[in-house]
Amino acid sequence: MGELRLMKGNEAVAEAAIRAGCDGYFGYPITPQSEVMEYLMAEKPFERTGMVVLQAESEVAAINMLYGGAGTGKMVMTSSSSPGISLMQEGISYMAGAELPALIVNIVRGGPGLGTIQPSQADYFQAVKGGGHGDYKMLVLAPASVQEMCDHVKLGFDKAYQYRTPVMILSDGAIGQMMEKVVLFDQIPRRTDAEVIEQCPWASNGRPATRDHNIITSLDLDPAGQERVNLKLQAKYKLMEQNEVLYEEIQCEDAEYLFVAFGLSARICQKAIDLARAKGIKVGLFRPITLFPFPVIEVSNVGNHVKGILVVEMNAGQMIEDVKLSVGCKVKIEHFGRFGGIIPSPDEVVRALEQQIIGG
Amino acid sequence: MEDKFAKTEIHKPENIVYKKSDLMVDRPLSYCPGCGHGTAHRMLMEVLEEMNIQDKTIGVSPVGCSVLAYDFLNIDMLGAAHGRAPALATAIKRLWPDHFVFTYQGDGDLAAIGTAETIHACNRGENITIIFINNGIYGMTGGQMAPTTLPGMRSSTSPYGRDVPTMGHPLKITELVAQLPGVYYVTRQSVHTPNNVRKTKKAMRKAFELQKENRGVCFIEIVSNCNSGWKMTPVQSNKWMEENMFPFYQLGDIKVDGKLIEKKETVE
Ligand SMILES: Cc1ncc(C[n+]2csc(CCOP(=O)(O)OP(=O)(O)O)c2C)c(N)n1
Ligand code: SF4
Ligand SMILES: [Mg+2]
Repeated sequence: MGELRLMKGNEAVAEAAIRAGCDGYFGYPITPQSEVMEYLMAEKPFERTGMVVLQAESEVAAINMLYGGAGTGKMVMTSSSSPGISLMQEGISYMAGAELPALIVNIVRGGPGLGTIQPSQADYFQAVKGGGHGDYKMLVLAPASVQEMCDHVKLGFDKAYQYRTPVMILSDGAIGQMMEKVVLFDQIPRRTDAEVIEQCPWASNGRPATRDHNIITSLDLDPAGQERVNLKLQAKYKLMEQNEVLYEEIQCEDAEYLFVAFGLSARICQKAIDLARAKGIKVGLFRPITLFPFPVIEVSNVGNHVKGILVVEMNAGQMIEDVKLSVGCKVKIEHFGRFGGIIPSPDEVVRALEQQIIGG
Repeated sequence: MEDKFAKTEIHKPENIVYKKSDLMVDRPLSYCPGCGHGTAHRMLMEVLEEMNIQDKTIGVSPVGCSVLAYDFLNIDMLGAAHGRAPALATAIKRLWPDHFVFTYQGDGDLAAIGTAETIHACNRGENITIIFINNGIYGMTGGQMAPTTLPGMRSSTSPYGRDVPTMGHPLKITELVAQLPGVYYVTRQSVHTPNNVRKTKKAMRKAFELQKENRGVCFIEIVSNCNSGWKMTPVQSNKWMEENMFPFYQLGDIKVDGKLIEKKETVE
């Protein structure tokens, strides 16, 4: 077993990045995720593994540093929170278009605008439905614990390279800040330059006399060519939908009612299940772990066997659209959300279940 | 014609006095005839070829007329988002410190939308070479005003000439970055005469030699024409450039060996 530590979610992300063999972190401070870069700087990863950590002048610069590093085949990541992620959207779209692997950690805070520094899930649409311009998707992971914050870093890098795509970890200020036990995986050695060159024959890292030059770009001025690029991307997203869906079912076997929630909301729902079941209400939880690809079939399978579904989110109702599209209209589906940085209590979630689904 | 001038004879290596660099991809350039971009490309490739560092060089092209530079330069390249080339170059150089990294950027790219990335890469003293093509206009998008457009100069978004009180002053970004301690070598050149082409090539060579020594940013501005954007013939545009651009953007070294060169007053 790996090393056991008590860590903040943000720190677990940083430590996992070093251990995953990440080559470069580029970021700009923003609450509630500044601990990621602070931890990295304190750890001197350049001495530990040779990993580069650089504080950029803005999130715009940071994401374009990612584009540069990823375009050479190196394993790169950034972390930020909502306003910073908004600034990165052009760069993320470029990376999707140029098919570059990278990890983007989003420790969401409440919006819109400068909003609040408190946790929120209001950026589900931005993460899952594209965010930037053009028809693209990212693989989006939604950790619900500090352990998953750690594990999803490694998983995220693996998938980023497997599909040559940016991957986002969509977390929130509470999971980023809270401390939990975490089992850290062992150090994976950083790839040597020669290994990077061998493993990424598409990357621009210096043309040897033996091959044609590599070009990293998202531009194709010829509409037929650009349509081919789009078709290739869509085929890739299809493949992700077939092979990369992750989810968790909790107490669904005998459930008459269902919570659907991701991340922090799923944690709250777990508590709510205990309270509800103590009252004799048989409720379970379906937790999507990948938000894209969304567990369409899986949530439909469970959802179509219950009397009603409450989608619990810390937003005004975003993932509920995907739940409705997946489950269809035979089952009653309602949303319960708090926003602006308010975390719903398990009590009010049970109350919402009773009022909106059971009584409603 | 005598036999020795036959085509095959001329192609004999011992008879060749000049040829296009092998690092230029054999395809027509997308630039307007008479535009300085093509010449600047060629000089850059000649330098890499002469230094024999093409396999260790990574280039970053901008958004602007030279967006397709990667199609013409037979080296590994990345096409950056508009203005962000220095951010890409920063990461690339940090991750491949024994490689040569350059950006090639227009004035809108480098001195308007990408000002922050330019200043901060320069200020961090990244060990990169920046090639800055200043044609005083947005060539690619059809001749709009650039940060470098001269006072009174017409463009499609300053059709009555750049009005400084409402449109601001032309930005001498090169003098600005020369102030930064992270910047080691700054020069302003042109590619409109054979003599100037030679000087530009020498400056590029110097910049890449200095990159080998990790001296910090080497910044080469090339004041260039945009005959299409300026709505002139290539010959007219070069004359106009000499008469109007050069008095404001004076050619010559601005910073050498990390020290600013004392300059006579520039004409405002
Ligand atoms: C974010 C963004 N804004 C605007 C543009 C449109 N655009 C493309 S090139 C360009 C200006 C290029 O001018 P310059 O950098 O001077 O290069 P030149 O074409 O003159 O060589 C603009 C505004 C863009 N591609 N991306
Ligand atoms: S528009 Fe101007 S800068 Fe662009 S290729 Fe033509 S002459 Fe050159
Ligand atoms: Mg220009």
